[in-house]
Amino acid sequence: MKYTEDDLEKELETQEYKYGFYTDIESETFAKGLNEEVVIAISKKKNEPQWMTDWRLEAFRVWEKMEEPEWANVRYEKPKFQDIAYYSAPKEKPKLNSLDEVDPELLDTFKRLGISLDEQKKLANVAVDIVMDSVSVATTFKKTLGEKGIIFMPISEAIQEHPALVKKYLGSVVPTTDNFYAALNSAVFSDGSFCYIPKGVRCPMELSTYFRINEGGTGQFERTLVVADKGSFVSYLEGCTAPSRDENQLHAAVVELIALDDAEIKYSTVQNWYPGNKEGKGGVYNFVTKRGICENNAKISWTQVETGSAVTWKYPSCILKGNNSVGEFYSIAVTNNHQQADTGTKMIHLGKNTKSTIISKGISAGHSQNSYRGLVQINSRAENARNFSQCDSLLMGNACGAHTFPYIEVKNKSAQIEHEATTSKIGEEQLFYCNQRGIDTEKAIALIVNGFSKEVLNKLPMEFAVEAQKLLEISLEGSVG
Amino acid sequence: MELKEKIVSSYVAFENKVDMNSDIHEIRSKALQNFEDLGFPTKKLEAWKYTSLNAVLKEDYSLFPEKENTIELADVKKYFIDDIDAYKLVFIDGKYSSFLSETTHDTFDVCLMSSALAKPKYKAVIENYFNKIAKQDNLTSLNTAFANEGAYIYIPKNVEVEKPIQILNFTTGSEAAILLQPRNLIVVEQNAHVQIIERHQSLTSHPALTNAVTEIFAAKDATVDLYKIQNDATNASLIDNTYIEQKSNSVVSVHTFSFGGNITRNNLNFYQRGEHIDSILKGITIIEGKQHVDHHTLVHHIEPNCESHQDYKGIYDERATAVFNGKVVVDKEAQKTNAYQQNNNILISDKATINAKPQLEIFADDVKCSHGCTIGQLDDAALFYMQQRGIPRKEGKALLMYAFANTVLESVKIPEVKQRITKLIAEKLGVDIGFDL
Repeated sequence: MKYTEDDLEKELETQEYKYGFYTDIESETFAKGLNEEVVIAISKKKNEPQWMTDWRLEAFRVWEKMEEPEWANVRYEKPKFQDIAYYSAPKEKPKLNSLDEVDPELLDTFKRLGISLDEQKKLANVAVDIVMDSVSVATTFKKTLGEKGIIFMPISEAIQEHPALVKKYLGSVVPTTDNFYAALNSAVFSDGSFCYIPKGVRCPMELSTYFRINEGGTGQFERTLVVADKGSFVSYLEGCTAPSRDENQLHAAVVELIALDDAEIKYSTVQNWYPGNKEGKGGVYNFVTKRGICENNAKISWTQVETGSAVTWKYPSCILKGNNSVGEFYSIAVTNNHQQADTGTKMIHLGKNTKSTIISKGISAGHSQNSYRGLVQINSRAENARNFSQCDSLLMGNACGAHTFPYIEVKNKSAQIEHEATTSKIGEEQLFYCNQRGIDTEKAIALIVNGFSKEVLNKLPMEFAVEAQKLLEISLEGSVG
Repeated sequence: MELKEKIVSSYVAFENKVDMNSDIHEIRSKALQNFEDLGFPTKKLEAWKYTSLNAVLKEDYSLFPEKENTIELADVKKYFIDDIDAYKLVFIDGKYSSFLSETTHDTFDVCLMSSALAKPKYKAVIENYFNKIAKQDNLTSLNTAFANEGAYIYIPKNVEVEKPIQILNFTTGSEAAILLQPRNLIVVEQNAHVQIIERHQSLTSHPALTNAVTEIFAAKDATVDLYKIQNDATNASLIDNTYIEQKSNSVVSVHTFSFGGNITRNNLNFYQRGEHIDSILKGITIIEGKQHVDHHTLVHHIEPNCESHQDYKGIYDERATAVFNGKVVVDKEAQKTNAYQQNNNILISDKATINAKPQLEIFADDVKCSHGCTIGQLDDAALFYMQQRGIPRKEGKALLMYAFANTVLESVKIPEVKQRITKLIAEKLGVDIGFDL
């Protein structure tokens, strides 16, 4: 599908947050508040084995003693953790075999989200797992994947069907004690996606999860676990939306990636949670812990396009444990109006000959604050480690801010580290040039921003790249004086 | 008794000894209160994440050495840049040595902080400038509470000081361990010009800790060049807090050469209050053993059309650890700011560590800000090339390191200082290179 400038224009006219609708699906929601009973109830609800319940309770007990992190460069009203309902699920969830059996209203929701399942089944060749209010509602393509031995299913089902795998890897990269939000997630997560690619298998299609917060007063806590066994490859996509609400909703997810020897995982995110209205009221708090571990010769590549959320706190990281492993991080973070983003990555080099690349593009407009925070750590035994980091920021208007907080810690003399960062604005000559050629300012800015972000956009899978490009333009709408 | 308690309880005795006018007294008491509340910095503070003072603070420092110590010029001559004619302010164990110093009161003042704080003649300047830009943080407050001695330099309008001013602080080791807190105030009025060389030197192996605070005010069109030579004995630690306020069209450059000492922490802060200001921050760090050097720089761009240039080079051997934390803040009003920051590091040994945090905080849109940070090694191909041509490996390495540090050396304006630094680098690298750079 070709997306033309006229389409953009039409969209810009009508668009504020097009995913801001609310689907009236009856859902079952727990009473607000969090205590051990709630954790046990969630676990019961999910019919979980005892080890899982214990694991959650342990996480809860750790969480109770932890304090919220204060170090991020964001200001917001702290969520009241006892005011959130920790479980909300679309009611009546029969076992489905095909999409025809899915609630038509739900299907309609997906259509409006732009993920028409039927269409994708035919055209896009993407297997989708949809998580609505923390519960996985539909997983497509199960059969095709099953033939290859690929397991792709809601994590709640995986706990039932593949307990050994889940038990082995869950919490192995992000331990329950890792941080405040990871501990909270570990205690209360209700669903998410689980994916296992067997040895030597190249996953024939993109796997994808769509997250949506639907109910008000709930938080979304999903958990994603991707295991790529030796020599396998998978490309994984993640998208998210939420209705427009005046209150702040909390999204605290955990994503764990495990790339065993010679495996490769490509994880792409287009994050478009509701960012709040123009005055900065409402919006989603996006406090996410994402981390992957690479064994020998493995590669993990994170690509993210962050346009939504009122507050983002997110650092997809790579632990380069194996020799010759590779970590990549490509990010575009756009903030407008009163959005705040503190995002970046951590590259922990442990193995020999490890390589990492960081490309981060921050675009701030309106009254927003956009921070890059990254860590490159070369440990003393990581011979010949190599890192290249580049963080560029673009400022639009002088009410916003762009910040970079790179941490570089090197304990090995053979390391080669390069870090560069620039901050600039859209050149007046560039704009003038476009204007001269009949391109109006808004479109010219979209054009320039696209060019600025190209390095990252290019890393996205095709379908996502189109969507991301659209999102960029929409997010910046009205930011030009 | 812990050092903090010892310091706090000694305050009354100190106050009784130095009879000061009430304004200063008030500033001091407030600062002491501040220090009492904050205590010494710990690694829990973001600004001290990579530097621990614990080991240094364990010593039982004597705070106010009573003895008047004298030293022979011949013993310390090598620490002066003696091949140039210069004004000299020499302090021995924190006390002024009139014998070794050379001050002046004609047209401008190069004299003592203690007399500036006490004499009515200086009251106006002290009132206007003393403790005005120094941060209220823990260590600066500690210095302010006991501020008494140091250099006082006042350069009036349109005066170009014809020769550099050297400030030297010696510790003789007559005490088992000593804590020194020099306090310097340098005011450079409109269109005036001054060059200052600063050095801290301990003459024995007794532990010494210096917590220095320097405030520099550069008025419109003023030019200030400050050279900090840090090549102390390995038992001496230095916390050097420098605060610089600049007005329109002024140019201030600070070169920091860190070769010696145990723990060296440089807090260098620039505040640009005016337009068309240029701030230059440069440094060369070459350390080995268990040395630790921490450069914390801040350039605060407050008004439009200003520039800042930072260039820090570091070479670390053995178990040395180093920190570079460069922070550039550009306020909303500071449009058309150009801020550059460069930090290059070479690790020679596997046990050496570098922690770098080049940080930008930008609130204005029409700016050009960039920072670059690299960590790497000497180029093996270049070394091989030189060895092929008969240059021994050691010398070849030294040559490469000279080249690496040369962008910083190049901007040193006093030739004698440049020569001295070159010599120090050669000493540090253990080679005898007979060329000038």
